[in-house]
Amino acid sequence: MDRKSLNGNLTGWLYLLPALLFLGVFMVYPLIDVFIYSFEEGYNSASQTYFGVGGYNYAYVLRDPYFLQAVKNTFLLVAVTVPLSTGIALLISVGLHSIGPLRRFLQTVYFLPYVTNTLAVGMVFMILFRKTAYSDGLVNLLITWFGGESVDFIDGPYWAKMSVLCLYTIWVVMPFKILILTSALASVDPVYYRAAQVDGTSKFRTFMRITLPMISPMIFYLVITGFIGAFKAYSDVVALFGTDLNAAGMNTIVGYVYDMLYGDSGGYPSYASAAAIILFAIVFTITCVNLLVSGHRMRR
Amino acid sequence: MEVVLRELTKKFPGRGRKNRGEVTAVDRMDLEIPDGSLVGLLGPSGCGKSTVLNLISGLLGPTEGRILFGEEDVTLLPPEKRGIGLVFQNYALYPHMTVKQNILFPLENLKGKARPSREEMLKKAEEAAKLVQIDGLMDRKPSELSGGQQQRVAIARALVKRPQVLLLDEPLSNLDARLRIQTREEIRRIQRETKITTVFVTHDQEEAMSISDLIVVMREGVVQQTGRPQEVYDSPDNLFVAKFLGTPPINVFCGRVRDHRLYIGEEAVLPADGVSDAEVYVGVRPEGFRLCETGPLSCSLDRVEVMGRDVSVISENAASVNAVVRSIVGAESGLTEALLSGPKGREVRFALVPHKVFLFDRETEQRIFRGEH
Repeated sequence: MDRKSLNGNLTGWLYLLPALLFLGVFMVYPLIDVFIYSFEEGYNSASQTYFGVGGYNYAYVLRDPYFLQAVKNTFLLVAVTVPLSTGIALLISVGLHSIGPLRRFLQTVYFLPYVTNTLAVGMVFMILFRKTAYSDGLVNLLITWFGGESVDFIDGPYWAKMSVLCLYTIWVVMPFKILILTSALASVDPVYYRAAQVDGTSKFRTFMRITLPMISPMIFYLVITGFIGAFKAYSDVVALFGTDLNAAGMNTIVGYVYDMLYGDSGGYPSYASAAAIILFAIVFTITCVNLLVSGHRMRR
Repeated sequence: MEVVLRELTKKFPGRGRKNRGEVTAVDRMDLEIPDGSLVGLLGPSGCGKSTVLNLISGLLGPTEGRILFGEEDVTLLPPEKRGIGLVFQNYALYPHMTVKQNILFPLENLKGKARPSREEMLKKAEEAAKLVQIDGLMDRKPSELSGGQQQRVAIARALVKRPQVLLLDEPLSNLDARLRIQTREEIRRIQRETKITTVFVTHDQEEAMSISDLIVVMREGVVQQTGRPQEVYDSPDNLFVAKFLGTPPINVFCGRVRDHRLYIGEEAVLPADGVSDAEVYVGVRPEGFRLCETGPLSCSLDRVEVMGRDVSVISENAASVNAVVRSIVGAESGLTEALLSGPKGREVRFALVPHKVFLFDRETEQRIFRGEH
């Protein structure tokens, strides 16, 4: 390498340095540290001591019924909300894309949940679903009005709590997906639709054979980020069910990590680290699978 | 299939706050396109030629007027029921499908009895691909093809349903110069082989002149002249058509007719029998000049360009509307040697070839005279 290009490289690295330092200190180092913690048995953060090194933390976490419940909850949440929210967002985006007047207004309306605070939304959901001494909540009012049995969605049966959580999550993640999908739809050159029209293509077939393939990169992007986001669910659950999630049986993996660190049962950084690494492994695997699938579809 | 346009008008609503008025893109157009012919719609950008194509295709509906395919009035039919094939300017090939899938796509849209079996579809796609000579590229994606190949795929896709009318929107504008000449021959060949009535839009007069049976010159939504290419070139109806056709373009002078003689500046250059005294525009085709030391038209030499078989003499004349007078003289003409070495600004004299000279009314710009052959 001659001197000039070496200098050029140095300048480049210098520009990158602040970002690299920041990423190194706050992202890479903690990641490595957590990985190390997860193998240190009985680590005490106050005295900075541990008994030994091994897989015990993992064995403990994987046998902990709270953790298993959290994994079950998280997977259920992911499996329900990612496809549903992406699908519904696609429907709404197609609808928004095809209407003329009020389009901008409705786009704003659909985007509002994105800028609304999670906890505030949680409050609204409480009002809608929670049973109190004075009221059964708006949704129960409707259910009984139609002759159904009133259900306690916040403290009641598991399926009721889970469905509220899913509904809530879908509602919260939808705006971003709609935003991305409407812009993806708008970026499809209208000439393809004209070509399809001249060829006598039905509306449905045009959507399936032309629109969908053309916006598929964006859909895959949303699915991948959707998976990651749903696996990291925590604040939404707290907004609905309070901080004692283990008691409510509604804990998530991130919630479990938090509880192990700071909750009532807190003070176990080793278990928390092991759980965090397990979550990392799950998310990493699923993202890889996603990328493989989407990469294969793209190349087709 | 004969295509007839009657009083066809298309108005677009004005866009934006400043421009509220309607825009008339096509104004009461009448046109009869004979069955099996190749017609070039020609005009500058914004003259409404693409709108006409879209009206024929049915992608746009006319404000007034009718469109007939043979005996059938198709004015209100949607595009897919008109039996047309349309090739878009940028081809509009579906990028995620292979060439084969692209060509099959229109066939797969057919329903009920019209829908051929899978084998028939493949056979038809194969035939269409052979016709445009891309049958070796069936499994490629459009992005893996050159511009010319994409163009062929687009034509194959438009032809696979055996349309009654083939419409091409600026078919050659995205190709480089060499490919353009090759592809226009190809379009001509395909049209001859299929005998499908074909309408294509272009702003390139050379393109239209070279392959069309009939050209239609348009300006601001109004048809200026319709005819065989050479006819229109040899006897343009008005100054616009004269200026639009021909490369290099026609030379225009301000002139006048006195006592049945045509004057450019103070020089009487041609007899103009039967024309009463008037101020006129004089159009002279570049090939209408002859270098001649005793010629009546004097110009001051600017430069000489030698390009292969042609020698262009570029000179100036006070009465010229264009900045320079461009004349093409044969390379064998012995005078060029002298001209090439001559100083800038020396006098050159031309005689004019009568049938390459047109006179246009100064006000209406309509042609009032053409020199005898």
